[in-house]
Amino acid sequence: MTKRRGVPFTFIAICLPAASVLYAKAANRPAAAPEPAPVILIQNATILTVSHGTIEHGSLLIRDGKIAEVGANVKAPKDAQVIDAAGQFVMPGIIDCHSHIAIDGNVNEGSVSVSSMVNIADVLNPDDISIYRDLAGGVTVANVLHGSANAIGGQTVVIKLRWGQPASKLPFEGALPGIKFALGENPKRSNFSVPGQPKRYPATRMGVEETIRAAFVEARDYKAAWDSYNKRTAAGEKNLIPPRRDLKLEPLVEVLEGKRYVHAHCYREDEILMLLRVAKEFGFKVRTLQHVLEGYKVADEIAAAGVGASTFSDWWAYKVEAYEAIPYNAALMTRRGVVVSVNSDNAEEATHLNQEAAKSIRYGGLTHDEALKLVTINPAMQLGIDKRVGSIDAGKDADLVIYNHDPLSDYAVAQKTLIDGRVYFDRQRDIAERPAREKEKKDLLEKEKKAAAEKKAAGEAGKKAEEKKPEENKPEEKPKPPQAQILGGGR
Amino acid sequence: MRSVRRGSYFFVLAAASLACLCVTNPSRVAAQGGEPQYFAIRGATVVPVSGPKLENVTVIISRGIISAVAKDAAIPDEAWVIDGNGLTVYPGLIDSFTDVGIPATTPPSGEGGGAGAGGARQQGPISQGPEDRPGAMPWRTAANEASLSDKRVETWRSTGFTTVISAPKGGMFPGQAAILDLQGERNGDMVVKAPVAIPVSLQPVGNFNSFPGSLMGAIAYVRQVWLDTDWWSKAESIYEKNSRGIEHPRYERTDAALAEALGEHAMVLVPANTSREIRRSFNLAENWRMHLAENLRPNVVLYGGQMSYEVAEEIAAKKLSVLVNLKWPEAEKDGDPDEIPSLNTLRFRDRAPTSPAALAKAGAKFAFYSDAITAPKDIVKAVKKSIDAGLAPDAALRALTLSAAEIFGVADRLGSVEKGKIANLVVTDGDVFNEKTKIKYVFVDGRRFEVRESEKSKEAPKSDLSGKWKMTYTTPEGDEESTADITMASDGSLSGSITSSRGTANIISGNLTADKFTFTVNIDLEGSPTDVVFIGTFDGKTIKGTISVAGYNIEFTGTRPDSHSLAELHSVSGSGDAR
Repeated sequence: MTKRRGVPFTFIAICLPAASVLYAKAANRPAAAPEPAPVILIQNATILTVSHGTIEHGSLLIRDGKIAEVGANVKAPKDAQVIDAAGQFVMPGIIDCHSHIAIDGNVNEGSVSVSSMVNIADVLNPDDISIYRDLAGGVTVANVLHGSANAIGGQTVVIKLRWGQPASKLPFEGALPGIKFALGENPKRSNFSVPGQPKRYPATRMGVEETIRAAFVEARDYKAAWDSYNKRTAAGEKNLIPPRRDLKLEPLVEVLEGKRYVHAHCYREDEILMLLRVAKEFGFKVRTLQHVLEGYKVADEIAAAGVGASTFSDWWAYKVEAYEAIPYNAALMTRRGVVVSVNSDNAEEATHLNQEAAKSIRYGGLTHDEALKLVTINPAMQLGIDKRVGSIDAGKDADLVIYNHDPLSDYAVAQKTLIDGRVYFDRQRDIAERPAREKEKKDLLEKEKKAAAEKKAAGEAGKKAEEKKPEENKPEEKPKPPQAQILGGGR
Repeated sequence: MRSVRRGSYFFVLAAASLACLCVTNPSRVAAQGGEPQYFAIRGATVVPVSGPKLENVTVIISRGIISAVAKDAAIPDEAWVIDGNGLTVYPGLIDSFTDVGIPATTPPSGEGGGAGAGGARQQGPISQGPEDRPGAMPWRTAANEASLSDKRVETWRSTGFTTVISAPKGGMFPGQAAILDLQGERNGDMVVKAPVAIPVSLQPVGNFNSFPGSLMGAIAYVRQVWLDTDWWSKAESIYEKNSRGIEHPRYERTDAALAEALGEHAMVLVPANTSREIRRSFNLAENWRMHLAENLRPNVVLYGGQMSYEVAEEIAAKKLSVLVNLKWPEAEKDGDPDEIPSLNTLRFRDRAPTSPAALAKAGAKFAFYSDAITAPKDIVKAVKKSIDAGLAPDAALRALTLSAAEIFGVADRLGSVEKGKIANLVVTDGDVFNEKTKIKYVFVDGRRFEVRESEKSKEAPKSDLSGKWKMTYTTPEGDEESTADITMASDGSLSGSITSSRGTANIISGNLTADKFTFTVNIDLEGSPTDVVFIGTFDGKTIKGTISVAGYNIEFTGTRPDSHSLAELHSVSGSGDAR
C-alpha cells in the first residue's frame, strides 16, 4: 500500500475504467449476469464502519463483491482498481425500510380489505428512474412495500438498487419476503369513496382489527385443511379432493409459520397495542411497525414485543392521526431499547436519508453512530439482512457510499455508490455523461420531427385526416383509477 | 337490407345508402360468388415462402385447394385461366392477432362481477376478488361470433390478408381465438380452426373499489384463475370417482371454458411489449410450468414484442414465439407539445421497428399483427418500416405468412403456396413490399376476388370527413334517415358503413378530393350485386349530393351531430350489424 500511497491518482481517472464497464452495460440493459466484480481498493478514507467506530485514513478492499478487508493498513493486489478517497467518507449503503419505488402500476390493490394475493415482486420496474436517484442519495437497499389501503395489503420485497439490471436481479437474495399491514385511517373507508359505489368494509378501527382477525382465522383453517389433506394422502387414502389453492391465504400461512415478515403501517398508540395483541393471539410476530409516530408513547411495549420501529424523522400533522408526532420519536424509542430506523416512504425523501438520520442528533441527542445506525444496521436488522449489509465489516456485501463530507452534514453529497462491489452511481461520471444524453435526446427529437415533416411533405400527413384512435391493447398504458393517489395514502 | 321490394330501385338505393357508407378503401374487391371452382394462373412468378422463388410456373386451384404448383401443371378444362405473365403469386397474408371478422358488440359482463369491455371500467358490478371472475368471458369464441357482416372482412382482404387469428375483445379473458379465412357464404365458412388461442390481458378491469385495480392484482388474478382451473379439473374427476359424503366442487364457467380450450391445445397469448413485460411473461410461463398439471400448462405465445430489440436473445433462449404489434409507438398526435418525452420513451419509439430484425437474428419465431391499425393498407406499410430497420424482406414475408401458420399449428394447411394447401393467394404485379405494387386478385379458399382500382385522390382532402353522419333524403316511401359511420384515411380514402332501420351495408370504395367526395356501396338488387354511388361536396361541416343507383338519383344532405365521438361511433356501427 505504501507504494501507492501519495501517488497523485485522481479520483475520476482511476475509477473510470471500472465505472465505464458498468455504465455501458446499464445503457444496454444487460440480459446476462454482469461481469465479475472487480477488485477495488478504497484508500485514504474516513471509514464509518457503524459496527466498530470510525477509521481515519483507512482502507477498504473489495473482492468478489464483498468487503475483504478493512482497516488502517490493507494490503491490496497489484491489479486492484484504486479509489483514492482522501478527505472523503465511506459508510455502509443506506437502507430504506419503507419505499414505494420501482413499482409498475398502482402501488395499492385497494379494492379489497385483504389484498395479500398481490405481490410487489411481480411488478418490479427496473426502469424506474427513482432507483437511480435514490442511488445518487446513497441508498443501496429498499424495502419495497405495497400501499396502505388495506388492513392486510400485498406481499413486499427487499431489493438492491442494481440500476440497469432486469427486475429478476433486483431482489435481495435470501431476504425474507414481507407483507404490508395497515391500521387506522387508510384501511378504513370512512373517509374515502368512489362516487356511486358502496364503501368497502371496514369503516372503523374496530373493523380493521376484525378484518385482520378474520383473515388469520381463515388462514389457520386453510392450513389445517392442507395439513389434513397431506396427512390423509400420506396415509394412503385415495381420491381425496385437495383443498383449493388460495393465493390470498398462502402468504398469511407463511406469516403464521414465521416465513414472512409483517410490516405494519400504524400511527396511534391504541392501534399499535391492538396489533401486538392480535399477533400474540395468533402466534405470529410483527417484524416492523411503520411510521409508528406515537411509538414513543408505547416504546416499552414495542421493545418488549421485540418489534422494530421504522419512522419518519420529523413529518407530522399531515392528518389527524399524525398530530401527536414529535421529532424525538426515533431517539426516545432508541433509548427505550427499540431497534429504530428512519425511512423515506417517498422517492425524493430517500435521496437524503443521511440528513433525516442526522435530525435525531438535534432532536433527542443520539450520538453520531446511533444516528447512522438509523439508516444502516438498524433497518438491516429489521429486514433480517444484517449479516449481509448495514455495516462495514469484512465478509459483508460491499454495499457502500462515499460522501465528500461527513454524511450527517448538510453539505454531504454522495460521490459514488457501490453495490456488491460494483459502482452503480458515480457523480463525476454522471456529470460527464450528461451532454451525451442530452445530445441523444435532441437528436431523437429532431429525427422524429424530420420524419413527421417528410411524411407531411409526401402528402400523406393530411393533418386533418386523423385516423380512428387506437382503442386499447397498449400494454404500456396503465390507466389509474380516479383518486388513486389520494386514496393510495402512502402515509 | 333484406326487405328490398321488387321493382323499387329507390327503395333499394335508400336501404343501401342507409346501410353502408364506407369511405376509406381505395380498392374494391368484389366476390365472384357461384363462379368457377377451378383456376389456373399460368406462367407466373411464385413466391411460395416455403421454398425459393419460382419463375414461369402455373398454379392450379381446384375447389378451394392448391392442386398444383409446377411449370408443366395440367390445366383442367373447366379452369378459369389467368395469364400470369408479369404477375407474382404470394401466399395470402395472415394477421396474427386481431378482432377482424368479429363485429363489435356489447359483450356480456363477466361471471359474477367486473366490468366486461375495456371501456366499461366503472360500470360493471363491483368485484371483490378473483373469485368474482371480473372481466372473464373465456367462453366467448371467435368461431361462434365470426361474421361476414364485419366490414373489415372486405377491407382486410383487399389489401392481401386472406386469414386472421381473431379473438373477441374486452376484459382480461376476452374469449377464444379462431383462425378465420376472410370469405364465405355463411359465417361458419370463415372458420379454419377453433379454438387456437386464449388471449390474456393484464390491463386491470377494476378500479380502487373493484378488483383488480392494479397490475399486481391483475397478475395475481390470472394466476389464481389458472390454479382454480387446475383444481376444478382435478376435483371434478375425483368427485366422479368418489362422491359419497363429499361436497360437489363448484362449477365455474370461466374455469370450465379454459380447461376445455387448453385441452384442445389452444395457445395462451400473454401481453409482452416492453422488456420488463416480456421478462414478466417469462415468470408467468415459469410459474405455470411449476404449478399446473401438464395438460393445463399453457403453451405461451407473447404478443406486443416491440421492445424485443433488447431481449430477443432471451426470448429465443426460452423458445417462445412472438406476435409483433405493427402499431409502432409514436408521439401522441394530440400530446402536449411542451412536454418532452423521456430519453427511454424516445429510444423506444426510435428502435421499436428494429425488433423484428432482432428477433430474426436471434432465431426467435415471430409473426405480425395489426392491433390498433384501422386502415389495413397501413399494415404492410408498418411491415415495410421494420424492413427499413433491418429485417430481410423474405423474413418479413414469412412473418406475414408461414411463421404465423406455424405458431398456431396450421402450417399443414396455410401459410405457403404448396400443393394441397388452402388456396389463399395474393396475386400482384410486383414485389409485395413495393408501394407501387398493385394487388390484382386475392384468392381465399379458392374463391377469386378482384381488386378494382378506385380513383386516386388528385388533391389532398380539405377537411376530415371522418365521423358519424346523420343523412336525410326522401324516397318514394317518404322521408328517411340513416347514419353513416365514415373513417377517412390520411390520403382521403374513405371506409365505413351506413346504417338505417333497414340494416347496414359497407362502403367498398370512396375518397375525398379537395371538397368533392364519392363513395360506393354494393347491395344485392333482385339477386344481382348493384352499386349505389354517393357523390357530393363537403364544406367542412355538412355534406350534400346525390345517391345514384341503377339509373335513378335522389338528393341527400348530411350533418355530423358529434364530430368527435369516434368511440361511440364504433359501437353504433357494430350493434347495427345484422347478427
